[in-house]
Amino acid sequence: MGTLVHTLASVPSVGTYAAGLATHEGEAHAATGITAYAWLLIALPLLGAAVLLLGGRRTNKFGPLLATLLSWGAFVVGLLVFIAMLGRGAEDRAQEVNLFDWITAGSFKLSAGLLVDQLSVTFVLLITFVGSLIHVYSLGYMDHKDENGHVHSDPDKRRFFAYLNLFVAAMLLLVLANSYLLLYVGWEGVGLASYLLIGFWNWNPAYATAANKAFVANRVGDFGLSIAIIIMFFHFGAVDFTTVLGEAGSNANEGFMTAIGLMLLLGACGKSAQFPLQSWLGDAMAGPTPVSALIHAATMVTAGVYLVVRSAPIFEAAPTAQLVVVIVGAITLLFGAVVGCAKDDIKKALAASTMSQIGYMMLAAGLGPVGYAFAIFHLLMHGFFKAGMFLGAGSVMHGMNDQVDMRRFGGLSGAMKITWATFAIGWLAILGVPPFSGFWSKDKIIEAAFIGEGWRPWVFGGAALIGAGITAFYMSRLFFMTFQGKKRWTDDVHPHESGKLMTVPMIILAIGSAFLGLILGPTGWFTTWLEPVTGAEPEGAHPVIPVPVLLVLTLLLVAGGAALAWMRYWRDDVPVTAPAGNLMTQAARRDLYQDQVNEALLMRPGIHLTRSLVFADSKGVDGAAGGLAALVGGASSRLRKLQNGFARSYALTMLAGVVAILGALWVMS
Amino acid sequence: MTAMSTVPWLTILGLIPLVGALLVAFVPGSAETAKRMALGFSIVTLVVGIIAATQFDRSSSAQFQLGEQHSWIPQFGVSYALGVDGIALVLILMALVLTPICLLAAWHDVPEEAGPRGGQRAKTYFALLLVLETFMVGVFAATDVFLFYVFFEAMLIPVYFLIGRFGGARRQYAAMKFLLFSLAGGLVMLVAVIALYLQGPGGTDGFLIERLTGLSIDPTTERLLFVGFFLAFAVKAPMVPFHTWLPDAATESTPATATLLVGVLDKVGTFGMIRFCLQLFPEASQWATPVVVVLAVISVIYGALLAIGQTDMMRLISYTSVSHFGFIVLGIFAFTSVGQGGSTLYMVNHGFSTAALFLFAAMLVRRHNSNSKRIGDYGGWQRVTPALAGIFLIAGLSGLALPGLSSFVSEFLVLVGSFSTQPVATVIATSGIILAALYILLMFKRVMTGPKPEELVADGVTVDDHWRKSSGGTTVRDLTTRDKLVAAPLIAAFVVLGFLPNIALTFINPAVDKTLSHVQQAIPSLNPAGTVAEGSSK
Repeated sequence: MGTLVHTLASVPSVGTYAAGLATHEGEAHAATGITAYAWLLIALPLLGAAVLLLGGRRTNKFGPLLATLLSWGAFVVGLLVFIAMLGRGAEDRAQEVNLFDWITAGSFKLSAGLLVDQLSVTFVLLITFVGSLIHVYSLGYMDHKDENGHVHSDPDKRRFFAYLNLFVAAMLLLVLANSYLLLYVGWEGVGLASYLLIGFWNWNPAYATAANKAFVANRVGDFGLSIAIIIMFFHFGAVDFTTVLGEAGSNANEGFMTAIGLMLLLGACGKSAQFPLQSWLGDAMAGPTPVSALIHAATMVTAGVYLVVRSAPIFEAAPTAQLVVVIVGAITLLFGAVVGCAKDDIKKALAASTMSQIGYMMLAAGLGPVGYAFAIFHLLMHGFFKAGMFLGAGSVMHGMNDQVDMRRFGGLSGAMKITWATFAIGWLAILGVPPFSGFWSKDKIIEAAFIGEGWRPWVFGGAALIGAGITAFYMSRLFFMTFQGKKRWTDDVHPHESGKLMTVPMIILAIGSAFLGLILGPTGWFTTWLEPVTGAEPEGAHPVIPVPVLLVLTLLLVAGGAALAWMRYWRDDVPVTAPAGNLMTQAARRDLYQDQVNEALLMRPGIHLTRSLVFADSKGVDGAAGGLAALVGGASSRLRKLQNGFARSYALTMLAGVVAILGALWVMS
Repeated sequence: MTAMSTVPWLTILGLIPLVGALLVAFVPGSAETAKRMALGFSIVTLVVGIIAATQFDRSSSAQFQLGEQHSWIPQFGVSYALGVDGIALVLILMALVLTPICLLAAWHDVPEEAGPRGGQRAKTYFALLLVLETFMVGVFAATDVFLFYVFFEAMLIPVYFLIGRFGGARRQYAAMKFLLFSLAGGLVMLVAVIALYLQGPGGTDGFLIERLTGLSIDPTTERLLFVGFFLAFAVKAPMVPFHTWLPDAATESTPATATLLVGVLDKVGTFGMIRFCLQLFPEASQWATPVVVVLAVISVIYGALLAIGQTDMMRLISYTSVSHFGFIVLGIFAFTSVGQGGSTLYMVNHGFSTAALFLFAAMLVRRHNSNSKRIGDYGGWQRVTPALAGIFLIAGLSGLALPGLSSFVSEFLVLVGSFSTQPVATVIATSGIILAALYILLMFKRVMTGPKPEELVADGVTVDDHWRKSSGGTTVRDLTTRDKLVAAPLIAAFVVLGFLPNIALTFINPAVDKTLSHVQQAIPSLNPAGTVAEGSSK
């Protein structure tokens, strides 16, 4: 025990590998200035959630506005923290805020604190900015105008905003936590918010099921995260980033690191809807569309990528785990892309796309220092363009009586000009058309995937490259089916542009999708900014195919995919009922049979097991006990006749027994 | 050793509810007055309990504090000896907090009957709950093995009447079953208690725990004694396969009784494992560990699977407890300070968590037309009673150990503390968190979500036709003031102990270290730090 205390006291030992990777963890200084108030980031939205939930109907009137203001308040704090960080030298930017002693039990000692570094601040800005925009958008989205022009608010609008605030608080805790255990609190906190919001209209049983499915799939991932943390404590005697990442970077045991890495990956797969835990994300579209934009596109589902990048020293010390990360990313990016090609529900197509894009990020994160910065860069860009497109989808649904079937859309470009224009920018961005944002992030990931030796660059690079072509096809399909071609509207819809509360956030996100990549990418600003956390890109690492060739190849594939979509979904008429399609299409429509597999392997055996156990418990285990009871009970029923009441007889028997035993003792002593 | 106290705090704590019970039962007056009096006494007990806790020296490693000792039956070595260490103290405080909450929740459990003595049944009910509180204090505070046994058995009497007289349709059966299981366990323990005394030094205070600690008993006898104690505690806890009395007892008794039964009385089992099995028979405990750990893991998984399969809300909740007790036992028999500290904290948190589940579910049952406990008889109630649905979900989240709530801290400590000595068992038990999500969320879905039951009308909710339609029907009230008073302290406990668990852990840690040091004296190879032995690598 003494040695352990000694170890705890002697950390951090500074990591020595890979160009300062995680070294800053050991050097993170105590927070100064505004950074010392970084806890406000979490406290403000949490306060909003508490006021709205505890205040009940009294807060109906001002609640949504209050929640929106508090979210913007968190953004302002985030911005101030960011500016303060810019004012410090690159090596002094990371700071820690110690909050309070959290858990002390035996040798387990942990205090709760925040780690404010380049990585977490990047997330803070993304979460609070996109989050606040989506708050504003929701102010409009949760109202509906009827035929007479009367505005009806969703009766649970306040609850919706309470959950949104709760989500923002939990997500900020996730990225700011300075230990794996505190991260876990945010991790399941966002899972809870996601559960509550997917099931927001849970009087529809399908939505309630979708919410449960999301939570349970996430719990399977959380099982992995739990085991990872447990092994960390066993191996390092601590679960805070400073100790764990510092030690992992200096003297790690590869076996342990592989186990921890794989278990962390399982957690990441659950949260980020990566193969094989991807099945919940499509159903999660049951939630109101702003939720899909914020939680199931821009922020929460990317938390798995954050986890892997944050744990970089562990994965660096576990090449096997790293390889599995890349494989999972590659499988998921193709899986999502294939599914995306067959979906007619606009939100489900976008969800499949999200899954696929996170696959890209995961793949990049698994590549090591060549990929970390681009994983996060793509995550940031994706946060803008995908959130923008989801908000656009919401705007379309608003104008189309909440329909989601793209076969019933078409030709909306005229009716909803702003939605169309902003969506178009998002579409160009995700395709990776220069100079839009996706070009600067996704192309870099494809390049990085082609770096390496042996079969790997060809397989992973090839997957990333083909994925880009398929992405171009299905996103163009989505865009053309919705906005271009002939009108295939049902008779009862009168599409109209949404109000300013909704269009302004869409415009802002579109501006970001258009220019942010150009500002941060080619200037190298973003990679330099993250370098103290993710390590420098290794010198002399070149793709197996020359970069200019790759660039041309990618653009050709993208153009090909888009052209194919143009022929089939713009030039040709789109049938309002889906054609039967070939086997591949049918499989993709049913998400490559993911639910059928889960049902056959897990659900049905599980139900049988539970049922037979319930039967066995009442008949077998209880029966045996009951038989014994009947034996005693039979004896006691005779007693009862004598004693007029079982309990009294029991009490008397006990008393008599005690007296007898005491007597025996007395005799013996 | 026991640190004696000038004020007999523990006796006072036990006497206040007992006096209250007598007054409540026998002073003439309306049932309402009697109930208020009962609540008053339980609150006074809680206040005195808190004052007593401030007299407790957390830094002292003395095994028992606030102690008192009087010769009771010196011829047989029996003393009236009370004292608490941190473990016992937090459990007593938990019981003291739960009692007024249960009394408040039990207000309308027993309806007043017509006639001059129509309130007597309700009075008896409340008086019995107070008597139970007395015994709960006693059983955790006894530092004399025989005195412990007396309280251990005496508890059965009020519980038997609480179930058998005030319960549901099959209450007689459930009460009998409870009694027979407990009786069987108790008798085995009695034999072990006597045999243990005979192994000890004897004398006028030969039953004191401190006289019986560190005895050199021959291994076979020690193992037999261990088994004698352990069986009684395993029935009480309850562990698979001795658990089948619990679902019947919990579903047939009133929610308040079920709460005290599962939340407090069952803890005597796991408390007993720490206090008696580990401390008095360290070598035998080590010897039995493989079997106990297997039973614990089976309890975790089996209890959770059975919970998933239940159709009755109260039975479901009791099976979740079987699962949770598995975690507690695993942590105790991990023999690490983290695991055992986690288990003790788990006992406290589980008390609040189970109380919330039973009592909030009961709020729902009370509002149902036919007071059904069947999960299938509900659906869509979130649209009728949104606030109740909210607290019901919070109780459920506590049951599935959501990080941020108190139950997470203790479950995590148990797992992280058990891994070093029981890695396989720990990994299997950890998978219980997936099953926990299933049993809680499936129940929540079936009860609360789905379309609003047409015949029910929410009270005070403006129904907007654009979003929801309503028709005439029964108006159901959402949370009443009393419901809120029941819910608020429990939910506050989840949050406060979730982020500041050290409030309890500072009491628990020294006691755990003390217990483990007894074990370590017997088995020097033990490494209670629970991490890779750092000394060997550096």
